[in-house]
Order: sequence, then structure tokens, then C-alpha cells
Amino acid sequence: MSAAAETVLSASADLRFRYAVHLGDTSLILAQRLGEWVGHAPALEEDLALANISLDLLGQARYLLSYAGEIEGKGRTEDDLAFLRDPSDFTNLALVEQPNVDFGHTLVRQFLIDAWQLELFECLQGSSEPRFAELAAKALKETRYHYRFSSGWMVRLGDGTEESHKRVQAGLDALWKFTSEFFAPGAVDEEAAAAGLGPDPASLRAAWAANVEQVLTEATLKKPADVSYRWYGKRNQHSEHLSRLLAEMQFMQRTYPGVQW
Amino acid sequence: MNPAPASRTDRFVAPAEREIWRILADVPDPEIPVLNVVELGIIRHVRVADDGRVTVGVSPTYTGCPATEVIARSIETRLEAEGYQHPKVESVLAPPWTSDWLTDSGRAKLKEYGIAPPAHSVSNPKHLFREPKVACPRCSSLQTSKVSEFASTPCKALYRCSSCLEPFEYFKCI
Repeated sequence: MSAAAETVLSASADLRFRYAVHLGDTSLILAQRLGEWVGHAPALEEDLALANISLDLLGQARYLLSYAGEIEGKGRTEDDLAFLRDPSDFTNLALVEQPNVDFGHTLVRQFLIDAWQLELFECLQGSSEPRFAELAAKALKETRYHYRFSSGWMVRLGDGTEESHKRVQAGLDALWKFTSEFFAPGAVDEEAAAAGLGPDPASLRAAWAANVEQVLTEATLKKPADVSYRWYGKRNQHSEHLSRLLAEMQFMQRTYPGVQW
Repeated sequence: MNPAPASRTDRFVAPAEREIWRILADVPDPEIPVLNVVELGIIRHVRVADDGRVTVGVSPTYTGCPATEVIARSIETRLEAEGYQHPKVESVLAPPWTSDWLTDSGRAKLKEYGIAPPAHSVSNPKHLFREPKVACPRCSSLQTSKVSEFASTPCKALYRCSSCLEPFEYFKCI
């Protein structure tokens, strides 16, 4: 391509790059968190389930980050974007970087994000950019399956024993504050909506909340109050947990650049 | 050995392309080797250019399925072994792959192999939230229960038969 294309991206390409990175980072970081459960989940079946969901998310991340690298046109691959960027370059939602606590806590995190991805991918199918629309149609089918798994567990654990109820409620209380970011303005997803690339984040709230509230009621869980919160992952403001996650995830490529096996 | 894919389409397919479909019907899925890639329903198109270069469009079953790259390589290797120069496999994401695209012979082979085939069509999305009646691939009993939504590969769930007491895998509807 021309030298100009190599130095400066057009505003539209830059936006597509940043939006693909934002969506890709959210899937990537959650995939990594779920991967941490491998070998540690309470039962073999749930171990497999978390690993399988992680794999689907990794597939989304690979597609989105490869596409981002393609738009950027500097030769960066999905691997370069995943393994060689600093925490401050990531724009994943802060919820997904929250560390694993127990199985109930992980299920709450998964359920909250699955319910959001259901609405996101449903709308993203109408993106003016076919590459986003194609991925959304594919990912939506997988997300419906994830949601069935996580919402089912919310009810089993919430409406289960005293101990399971206590743990899921604790997870919900700890993680609820991060959900406001899904719908918050002032970041790349709002810009993408203005350009017709994706849905307005605020527009996803009503359907998400209705879905979530219905499951929480069935699970006999109490919806926490909305509180203001200071992290905005999608505006590159992260908790310290992301640095630690990346330190582990990126270790090999940082220590032995270009290593393959 | 393997039957040609969906014979009903054969008469509409150019001979050069029909030959490629025949070869593809000999490429097994790496994770469920009893199925070939045509029966799995992942071959979207076959094109033979004027200069003889072959392009095969393949849909991934699941976005993160680790078999996708192995499948692409085995298709290329197989076509090269048959004398085709520089065959190309391209990934086709839209429309997304669905278990509805498993062929009838693919379903029969799955059952024979001990994996329950998808229980219904997914063209009605309401089915995704409904529990399907899954027949045990060994004894055909409908007295079965789901053990886990997920199993050894992304495309399967884990079931148990209460009649013959055997556990089995179920090819998910998606």
C-alpha cells in the first residue's frame, strides 16, 4: 500500500481499529480469566464448560484482533496485539479483568457479561461494517449457549443451599458496580454507534436489565443498588488486576520475543 | 470408499469441482474422524479457476474451535497429494455454520459411532432455550438426562442414559 496508508489511518479506519480492539480485548481478557479455572473447577463437567466458553471467547478475540491488525496495516498480528501491548493500551470492560474468587463469583461475572453480549451481538449484526456483522451472527449463537449455562447456574446456586446462595449473592454484590460501564457513554463504543458500526451502548440497557432481573428473581437473589464507580476499562482505565493478568499471559512473548512451539 | 457428497447437487456441479468435492469427502474431521468435512457441513464452496487453482471455502463450526486450522491444513495437504498446485482454503464466517448442515449420512455415522446427533433443527431460535429430547445412541431410549452443557469438544454436550445406564456425548444444536 501507499506510504500514506502506513503512517496515518483515516478517521474511519482508526475508529474501526479501536472498536475491534475494544470488543476483542473484552473477549480475550475474559477468555484468559476462564482459562485460569482449568484443572481447578469444582467438577470435571464445569471445568470443561468454563474451558469451552473460554475457547469461544478466544475465537472472537482472534477474529477481532486479526481484523484490527489488518485495518492498522502495520503488520501487527492478533498475537502482537494480544501479547505485546501494555495494560494502558487495553480497552476491555473492567468487569472481565476482575480476578476469580470462587465458582459462584465466576458464574455471576459470566452471567452478567453473557446477558450483555446477547444484546450486543444481536444489534451488532446490523453493523454497517460486514466484518463486525458476520462475527456478531456467529458469536450470538455461541453466546446463547453460554447464557443458558450461566443463567441456569445462577438459579441452581442462588436458589440452592444456604451456602451457595450466600456465595452467589456475595459475587453479585461485588461485581454489580462494574455493569454500569457496559452502558456508559464517552468511549469508543459510543463513537462506533455514531458511525453506524455498532449499537449505542446505552440502548442495550433495558433489555439487559429485564433479562437479568428475571433470572435474579428466579434465583431468589437480591439485585444490588447501582453505585458510581471509578474504573472505565473501555477508556483505558484499569484496575491493577489487569496488569497481573497480562504479566502472566504475556510472559513468554515478552521474555522470549517471537518464541514458537 | 466414501460416498460422494449430496448427490442431489451433483448434476449442477461442474466436473472439475465435483472431483474436488469427491476428494473432500475423504478428508476426516480431526476430532470426530468418523465424519468427513463434507458430512460435517463446513464446506461452503469449491472453486476451480481457469488456471486450475482450487479454492475451498470452509466455515468454522465454533469461532474458537482449535480443529479449524488442522482442517484447513489437511484439506490443502490432501489436494496437493492429488496433484493440485497451491490449493487455497478460505474461511467463510457468514452465514454462520449451523448443526442443521450436518448431512444425513453424517448423522447416521455419528449415531453409529456412539454420539447422539442433533435432536432438532435450529432454524427456530426458540429451540435454543428449550431442552431437546435426546435419544441414547446405543439403545435409542428417550430416558436420558444432560450431565453437562459442554464436553470434550466445543460441539458436544454430555448425557447419560437411564435405560442402559451408559454415558454418551451429544452433538449440540447450534
